[in-house]
Order: sequence, then structure tokens, then C-alpha cells
Amino acid sequence: MIAVTVIDREGKKHEFEAPTDMGLNLMELCRINELPIKGTCGGMALCASCHVYVQSDHTLPEQSDSELDMLDQAFFVEPNSRLSCQIRLTDALNGLTVQLAPDDAEE
Amino acid sequence: MISSFQHSMDQKFIETDILIIGAGPVGLFAVFEAGLLKMRCHLIDILSQPGGQLTEIYPKKPIYDIPGYPSILAGDLIDQLMKQIEPFKPGFTLGERAESVEKQADGRWKVITNKGRVHVAPVMFIAGGLGSFEPRKPPIDNIVSYEGKGVDYFVRNPETYRGKRIVIAGGGDSALDWTIYLANEVKSLTLIHRRTEFRGALDSVEKVRHLAASGKINLITNSQVVGLEGTDKLDNVLVRHDSEGPSKLEADYFLPLFGLTPKLGPIADWGLALERGAVEVNTLDYSTTVPGIFAVGDVNTYPGKLKLILCGFHEATLACQGAYNLVNPGKKLSFKYTTVTGIEGLSTQDSPS
Repeated sequence: MIAVTVIDREGKKHEFEAPTDMGLNLMELCRINELPIKGTCGGMALCASCHVYVQSDHTLPEQSDSELDMLDQAFFVEPNSRLSCQIRLTDALNGLTVQLAPDDAEE
Repeated sequence: MISSFQHSMDQKFIETDILIIGAGPVGLFAVFEAGLLKMRCHLIDILSQPGGQLTEIYPKKPIYDIPGYPSILAGDLIDQLMKQIEPFKPGFTLGERAESVEKQADGRWKVITNKGRVHVAPVMFIAGGLGSFEPRKPPIDNIVSYEGKGVDYFVRNPETYRGKRIVIAGGGDSALDWTIYLANEVKSLTLIHRRTEFRGALDSVEKVRHLAASGKINLITNSQVVGLEGTDKLDNVLVRHDSEGPSKLEADYFLPLFGLTPKLGPIADWGLALERGAVEVNTLDYSTTVPGIFAVGDVNTYPGKLKLILCGFHEATLACQGAYNLVNPGKKLSFKYTTVTGIEGLSTQDSPS
């Protein structure tokens, strides 16, 4: 189990205990815990609806071309932007802290 | 395959047995199950080709949980489904969004698209998946008020821009391709991209860099469009550079080209019970709270719902059983196996039985 902190769009902190033996990614962790993250494409890095800002200085998995492509088309992108579906939860990520990016599909 | 769509695309008024909103895998398979019961189908989809997100988002991704296929590419699954439903001659209205739904005096549904095409059927299946794929709108406060007055999210008719001052924003293939295409037609063209690198096709990136170097276009990188100005129509585009700060560009048209994103869209206004953006259904036959309207696939929700193509196929099959009584009042349905009866195709489309 690792500790993960997710700050929602209202600035509220959510602390989670996440298992690392289930192949869970950060987008899935957020969805299981009913945070307002869409994960439209299901985790294929083919939409940007799970966009987060990484606030802690963990070494994260490298960005794939499709993740970079998607972030290129997304809005509100910052240097610490990541697609949370591409961050698989491992023991090395204990203490990970991220903030949800604004929902750019909101009307 | 495309030629079989043309027939219905010419018609302004379409009648059928089951009108299917959404031509993704589940909508397509519904045609097969309906066809076995001799019900005709017509599909409406905002995308210009059938397949929904499988062809639009991930045509080259393998899917591993389609029974009988250890692995199949999403695009191939759609091709196979199109082949499977071919005998039942479905009609297609593609590239149009189902906009309004109303019940006629005769009890049938009338669905009008954004292009004014009228569809009438006793039964409707909503197989809208994630919703309709709409252009991603950049987060600029007043952008909506300039739509149709200088802001276009698609290039519909390139002629519109001849001799005008154009600003394009985006870094993908669509932004690059239109920059190359329009560069020689317009009075001036500025391409604005948030980063220095482009992720579009290498060949296009080179062409754009060449156009910029030769002064044909104005290329502004590390910048974003942050505001729009103009009284009756667009006059200025406000740009913010990461380090150099704000600047202003005179423009007749602003084309933000940032790809498509799915939105539930008009379906949300059709009076159906929704839960978190999904349509509530009764799992007896996947009927909604409105008699005559069924919802199948990713667009629906019920206890135990899984968003799987596999489950959508099952839902569509049961919905066809429910639809039968509405399409054929008073007739009794006898269940048959395809191994016994084979496939008996339907002749012409759009003339209800």
C-alpha cells in the first residue's frame, strides 16, 4: 500500500491508501474513489480527461508519444502536467501528490 | 461500403422501423439483431464514418475481449460488423447530429438533425456511446459569442477564407494541414502553437516551417490565444507569449483546431432519466423511462453496468425483443436460432414493413 494525495478542483485534499499489486493507475484510483475525473478513453492516453498536475517530485514513468500528443491538444497544460492514466501506482510512488486539472470539456 | 450510404444521404425525409442514434459497434450490431426480426434500421451519427470511437479514437488498437476473436483491431471489428449487417440494408445519416426529438400524433418519433433531415420511426435506440464528438473549444471566456462571427472550429468551406486575415491555433495535423492548404489563399495567416515542437506528421511540420521561413505565414510558438475582441464580429485575437507577454493580432477569422472531444449533447435534453450523464434503463429490455426509446451501450446505466462492447451487444439484442412489440403491435414473436433459419436479408431500406 502507498499513500497518494489528490487535490480536487475545489482545492480539497483527498488522502488515499492505494494497493500496488493490482496494476492500478492513478486515473483508476481517482475513479474508484469517485473523484470527478472522466477517463473517457479508459486509459489508452487517447483523451485528456484525466489530466493532472504532479506536485510532488517523484520520478514518474516516461511520457509515451500518445500522452505527449494528447497533452499537446489539451488546455491548461503546465510543465508538471500528466495524464493520470499513464501513471501506474508502484511502491516508488509512495507520497505522490497531484492536483486535478480543470475539465476542458465542461460547457 | 461507402456507396451504400449515399442513397439515404440524398433523402430529406426518412422512415424506418428503428432509428438508431449512434453508429458505433453497439448501434451497428443492433441492426443485425433487428434484421433477424425483420425490422429495418436507420442510423444517425455526427461522425462521417461508422464505428464511433473505435474508428475515431483507436482504430489501430487491438481489442481482446470480443468472443471468438483472440485479438481484433478496433477498425477491423467495425469492418466486420458492417459486413455482418449488410444483408439488412441499413440506412445511414452520417456527419449530422440528431438534434431534436418529438412524438408525432401517430405515436412515432420524429428526429431532426442539425442539417434539417427528418427521420420518423416507431422506435428509437440511443446508442450514443460517450456522446457526439464535438470540437474542443479553447478556454477563452467569450469564444462562444464569436461562433459564426469569425470563430470556426472546422474548415467547412475553404473559400470563406480567401483574401482574409486568418489566425489558426493548434499543433496537431489538422492545424498544420489547414495552415498549408490556406497559406496561398488568404491575405495573411498566423499559426499559434503552445509549444515550439509540433507533433503532427513530419512532412507537414517541415512544410509549415518552410512557409514560416519564407514569410508566407506568421508562426508564433510558445503562445496561446487568451482573448477575442470585436463588436459585431471578430476584429482582434489576443495572444500571450510564455515569456514575452501579451500581443494583439488583427483577424477576420480565428480557427481553433484542437481535435474532437465527446459530449452527451442534445441527448441530455430529450426528457430521459439520467444518472451522472448516462441514460437509466430497465434491464428487462433496456428501455428508458420514455416508452419507445431504448438505450444501449456506453450511453446507458443500470446496476452492474460495465462499459464493454460485449455487454452492449447483449443489450442491443434484448432491446430488439422489446422493440418488436412496438414495431409490430399485436404480433407474437417466436425466437429462432440463426443456425436454423440462416440469414434472410431485407430488400430495400427505409420502407417500413
